[in-house]
Amino acid sequence: MAKAYTPGLKVTPRTTYQARRLLPVPGTVKVKHGDRVTADMVVAETFLEGDVFPIKLAAMLGVNPRELPELMLKKTGDQVAVGDPLARTKGIFGMMKTEAKSSAAGVLESVSDSTGMVIIRGPQPAVQVRAYVAGTVVEVIAREGVVVETSAVYAQGIFGVGGEIWGPLVVAATGHNADLLEGDITESMKGAIVLGGARMTAGAIRRAREVGVAAVISGGIDDADLRDVLGYDLGVAVTGSEKLGITLLVTEGFGDIAMARRTYDLLAATAGRMASVNGATQIRAGVMRPEIVVPIDGGGTGEVFGGGATAGLLEVGTRVRIIRDPHFGVLGTVSALPEQPAVLGSGSKARVLEVAIEDGSRVTVPRANVELFGE
Amino acid sequence: MRIVATDCGSTTTKAILIEERDGVFRQTFRGEAPTTVEEPFADVTLGVTNSVTELQELSGYRLIADDGTIIRRRSQSDADGCDLYISTSSAGGGLQMMVAGVVREMTAESAKRAALGAGAIVMDTIASNDRRKPHEQIQRIRELRPDMVLVSGGTDGGDTKKVIELAELIAPARPRPRFGGEYKLPLIFAGNKEARGAITRCFGGEGFALSIVENLRPTLEQENLGPARERIHDVFLEHVMAHAPGYDRLMSWANAPIMPTPGAVGDILQTIARGRGINVVGVDIGGATTDMFSVFGGVFNRTVSANLGMSYSISNVCAEAGMDSVLRWVHLDMDERELRNRVKNKMIRPTTIPQSLEALVFEQAVSREALRLAFIQHKAFATTLKGVQQQRTVGDAFSQDAVGKSLVDPMAIDLMVASGGVLSHAPRMEQTALMMIDAFEPEGFTQIAKDSIFMMPHLGVLASVNARAAMEVFERDCLILLGWCVAPKGEVRAGRPALEFTLSGGPSGGNAEVAKGQLVGGEMRLVRFPLGHSGKLEVRPEKGLDVGAGPGKPVKRTIEGGTVGVIIDARGRPLKLPTSPSVRRSAVAGWQKALEIYL
Repeated sequence: MAKAYTPGLKVTPRTTYQARRLLPVPGTVKVKHGDRVTADMVVAETFLEGDVFPIKLAAMLGVNPRELPELMLKKTGDQVAVGDPLARTKGIFGMMKTEAKSSAAGVLESVSDSTGMVIIRGPQPAVQVRAYVAGTVVEVIAREGVVVETSAVYAQGIFGVGGEIWGPLVVAATGHNADLLEGDITESMKGAIVLGGARMTAGAIRRAREVGVAAVISGGIDDADLRDVLGYDLGVAVTGSEKLGITLLVTEGFGDIAMARRTYDLLAATAGRMASVNGATQIRAGVMRPEIVVPIDGGGTGEVFGGGATAGLLEVGTRVRIIRDPHFGVLGTVSALPEQPAVLGSGSKARVLEVAIEDGSRVTVPRANVELFGE
Repeated sequence: MRIVATDCGSTTTKAILIEERDGVFRQTFRGEAPTTVEEPFADVTLGVTNSVTELQELSGYRLIADDGTIIRRRSQSDADGCDLYISTSSAGGGLQMMVAGVVREMTAESAKRAALGAGAIVMDTIASNDRRKPHEQIQRIRELRPDMVLVSGGTDGGDTKKVIELAELIAPARPRPRFGGEYKLPLIFAGNKEARGAITRCFGGEGFALSIVENLRPTLEQENLGPARERIHDVFLEHVMAHAPGYDRLMSWANAPIMPTPGAVGDILQTIARGRGINVVGVDIGGATTDMFSVFGGVFNRTVSANLGMSYSISNVCAEAGMDSVLRWVHLDMDERELRNRVKNKMIRPTTIPQSLEALVFEQAVSREALRLAFIQHKAFATTLKGVQQQRTVGDAFSQDAVGKSLVDPMAIDLMVASGGVLSHAPRMEQTALMMIDAFEPEGFTQIAKDSIFMMPHLGVLASVNARAAMEVFERDCLILLGWCVAPKGEVRAGRPALEFTLSGGPSGGNAEVAKGQLVGGEMRLVRFPLGHSGKLEVRPEKGLDVGAGPGKPVKRTIEGGTVGVIIDARGRPLKLPTSPSVRRSAVAGWQKALEIYL
């Protein structure tokens, strides 16, 4: 067999990108089919169920739970405010009555005569879903949300932190192999998507947060710097919900590593355009990689893409990136796919391939240690 | 007879072919293919068909029909097809459960044990005394998206108020199922039977599919996990699997109910332990989680250490154990910043494998810590029943044993079974044996084996339909006997005599001397004693050291050979590595050399 499937990250100068923007629970869709939307426009809205506050009312009153229903001053479905009397004992000859007040605001949902507990349902928090990318509404999913479509320059990163954000794309690095330094970040980059080159340094991240940069994109990041940003050592790569005030996205990995020239050139060419970035990464079953979407004019490729994992055919001539030491980050072209497993330096036996790298040399690496690099 | 068995894992579907030849069942071929539960395929049977197609190509039998289904034989003389098809599954994240009980150490823990024993991942355990405020518990319940919920609480005939209170918290929180939509969340009640009426009123409305089984803790002194476990299996099939893509078809293909993978592993280990009357510890270390199983005195326990694994969770192992703890097992110079970045790179590209020796050494060091941490969690969980009244003396007759005594006694482990990538695919069996010894610190005489190609899940299901076939394959093809570890319990003094040993035997037993010698404190030695050999090993420990008969007492036992042989470990227990980095590094290098770990 001279072919195999291997994972890869998508980087393309033009694709038809679709964003499915759905509510967590049914609600109201605020736009209609064919509407043009901007990234920050609310496209759907709903209200979640309120928080639940249990109150042990019978215990507060010192009565048997069975007596509670007839002592209630409020009935189920009534609105209650903090401090409202909920129930009152009959007292002795109408005297010495004890009253229990609500410690929560909301609607009285239930009264239990088994346990003497009442449940107050708090106010319903609103949830809004924004368009995330500028484009056209091509599908309305009743009560759930919409699909927004646009032609876009699209690049998947390998890892990110922080959620969805958008802003104008600004090039801060001097090249794809230049580290992003503190001095590269200026006040004018507030609210921008900043494109770096190789590693984003701790100084650059700190400065970007001070300035109010929306997102930083670069080739690599040091684990120690990520730990400083997060405040903890990340154990598993499930990210996106961090409240950092900034989204960080790396295209290659951890350590000193340049952004692939092609990715850099592609993104740098969109400088000044509005870009949308999502740092959310989930490396589990159903892989989710962070992404950069830069809507552009004109039609797409016809191929519709909505993120997610990609995979492709590995054969002689395929462009690949080596993703494990001792050749981590090296780009090259598959020059041979031997059928028989080979013994590695570790002593393990594994199926390998030979990669012709750009300096003219050839290296043999396990097939598991490369990913497709290209469209 | 010809049997096809598959295990649909979260990344790979593994198929094996079992054939009866000359009256004996043997595993003959193996195939694998990527699991196809996720988009864009979203049909588990595609992966099953692909993996069985590989079996077909290797075996020469036609097993897959043109429509992609598995061909069945009408009679034993048919050339094509199989007679039996069975499967396990942990695809799509396996079975994820939330459990609840009144008292954390009692009914909640029994509920957790039932769920784990059935092969579930327990997302959270809610208890009246879990130190969270009711609204925090409710918030947590709402965040989780379990496949099902198990509620317990109260002994039969005891107080009902607490368990109803618990139900009244869970019901309005309306936990949302993972599959969303119209799916009714299955909820199993296995608590005080007096509370059944109130529980039915509580969960009888929309949103829940309630089923009631016998109380899993009918009295404080008794655990009755069987009915709850069986119901979990049923619900897994009826609700969870039925909603997973392609499983309706897979279930129609299989001759036995599809079991959650860890549940099947637990079943086969229990069968072995009970059949041989031994205590067993088994481990399956994966990319994301580590499953531990034990059977001590016939009592089965299983724990899942979420986020202790070798790829998705490798960074978490390093964070939890600390990089110093990982690096204490390494004899080479390594740059910590570089290593930390490598760990993160493995986390974000989890399918890569170590290419250089240095990378392998580091990954095996991480695995020791993952296994060690998982074992600590297992020991803390696998205990005698907590909350049971002890009637030792008049003075403490009414005291509650809130702690519970761990059932896991390192001196009592008869057999340790290793499985999972880093252990199964280690280039040398000696590496597997040493990882197990360093992590679990067995005491006395302990046999070590590895699951050759992770066949235990398949055999667990097979045992339910053809016990003989399962046992024969387990004995002959599943387990690879690595050998024995003999280690004295107690503190050794470096460089001072620790024990003497004499090994005799050979291919047909006998008394021919194979090796004899003396070990000093801190030393390890490997005595080759090949597979198929048997003999007697006598160990005479120094005063204060115990190899099973008490401090200073000699022990002579019959042992069988293995692919590694006999490892005599005179480092003492509990295992203490030298504190000075240079001394430690040289000690680690010495052990590796003695055991021929890295050549």
